[in-house]
Amino acid sequence: MLGLIYRVIKGPTTPDRVVALDALGVNLIAIVALVSMLIDSDAFLEVILLLGILAFIGTVSFSKFLEKGAIIERDRNR
Amino acid sequence: MTEIVNYIIGFFLLAGGFLSLVASFGVLRLPDVYTRNHAASKSATLGIMCILLGTFLYFYIVHGIFNSKVLLAIVFIFVTAPVGGHLIARAAYHSGAKLWDKSVRDDLKDKEKYDRQHP
Repeated sequence: MLGLIYRVIKGPTTPDRVVALDALGVNLIAIVALVSMLIDSDAFLEVILLLGILAFIGTVSFSKFLEKGAIIERDRNR
Repeated sequence: MTEIVNYIIGFFLLAGGFLSLVASFGVLRLPDVYTRNHAASKSATLGIMCILLGTFLYFYIVHGIFNSKVLLAIVFIFVTAPVGGHLIARAAYHSGAKLWDKSVRDDLKDKEKYDRQHP
């Protein structure tokens, strides 16, 4: 995880940072799962699902931003 | 019975942690965006699925809680992680990230010409 943070800060191009951020979100899911096993509580398991969905939405919006420069397009007749 | 289950859970957790570690080294050491993306997506699918499967088994067998949200999260990550990786790679190509100079094949390079020839 420290390596991924290094790549986020140092990364030569912007897609590098996006890749590292995506991997960071996914690793955060694993850490939440490990913590919820460590303290024997099943209250964190919703957080896993929610983090998965949020990481995916963040990835999609970042890649659309990189490709077109806009996240939500207003142009309907294409 | 419980001991065997403990070993299985420990195996899943160790495999997931090892895969995440390997993916982190890959993101640090590989030469360009596309190979790094490959390493990151592999960790996203396999390593995290191993860890979540271990968590699910732990809560199901040790505590007797059948938690469907973890199963749903496993399915969701299995579906969306390759899609996300592909989207990032495509956006990186269109925003002009350089390939590694030892890459041998670039399929998207003559896509424009192909589209013009086959409308």
